[in-house]
Amino acid sequence: MMFVPGNNPAMMSDAFIYSPDSIMLDLEDSVTMAEKDAARLLVHNALKTIDYGNTEMVVRVNPLNTPYGKKDVEAVVKAGVDVIRMPKTETAEEVVELEKEIERVEKEIGCLGRTQIMAAIESTKGIINAYAIATASKRMMGIALGAEDYCANLKTQRTPSGDELLLARETIVVAARAAGIYALDTVYSNLNDMETFRKEVELIKRLGFDGKSIINPRQIEIINEVFTPTEKEIEKAKTIVAAIKEAAAKGSGVIAVNGKMVDKPVVTRAEHTIELALAAGVITEEDL
Amino acid sequence: MKKAFAGTLESGDIMIQIEPSDKEGLQINLDSTVAYQFGEQIKSVIAETLKNLDINNAVVNATDKGALDCTIRARVTAAAVRATGKDVWA
Repeated sequence: MMFVPGNNPAMMSDAFIYSPDSIMLDLEDSVTMAEKDAARLLVHNALKTIDYGNTEMVVRVNPLNTPYGKKDVEAVVKAGVDVIRMPKTETAEEVVELEKEIERVEKEIGCLGRTQIMAAIESTKGIINAYAIATASKRMMGIALGAEDYCANLKTQRTPSGDELLLARETIVVAARAAGIYALDTVYSNLNDMETFRKEVELIKRLGFDGKSIINPRQIEIINEVFTPTEKEIEKAKTIVAAIKEAAAKGSGVIAVNGKMVDKPVVTRAEHTIELALAAGVITEEDL
Repeated sequence: MKKAFAGTLESGDIMIQIEPSDKEGLQINLDSTVAYQFGEQIKSVIAETLKNLDINNAVVNATDKGALDCTIRARVTAAAVRATGKDVWA
């Protein structure tokens, strides 16, 4: 998910060139208070006009308890945004409040149920409430960690090892998995240290995250490299998936590969590998 | 209506200044890096956006740096909202 400031027209129109999985146009922290009105209009018009293809379009709105939040929601829902990213989410009630606001606008324009919600969790209270937040609405598609605010709240700071974020990251992944939604990791802001960035991406993949927020297109390649399964992993997964199909054709509940029975977790992992390989474009449906 | 601005002079953007006019109609003064090819198109997007906002008498000074039509619409609307105090959202 690539962050793009909502008050920069050139970056907004060029962002899709780099083929991120999703683009998040930001109306919150990257926009000064004096420019909130102009950025809202810019994002609204860009969403309505620019063809972003299959890229998922996300907008980070201002919190609803500010003078900007409700207007942001109206502007982006009317423009057909895919996902609203809610910043600084601390409770399930805040998600429900956002959902009501989305519904009000969707009813007005006749597209009830179209807009999904992603909640960014950026405080200790939010981490404590992660599962309640993840399950607060049927519109919830993911939860994400916002590490800078979280670390400030925790009275610590970010380090290259990321020890200080371990509990928050694991809590987010566990809550997201239990809720059946996506888990997204926080941004890494030092563009001059791609080595630490790669280590961080490898770590969050091991922890179970589905992806990571980024602030620069230069970071996309490393994420794709880390998250794309290897050829060996894909071949193994394809064999297992083929065995699943064969077992289904025979009406058998038991899946066997090379004469050995395959357990359910192995099947689940193989299916996930195939999903990632398809998403990365290294295989097509025809390869299966 | 009071004098108001929106936009920047960065590449891909347009700076719009709107002010009251004592004459009938819209007076649009355009300075654009692409005026030769797109000057008339830019002016027509500005005029159409203002008419949709029910602004029919105003002086508009636009400095364009290669903005897309959607950016022009956004910047004109932002300047108009700031000039009139009438927001487009509920």
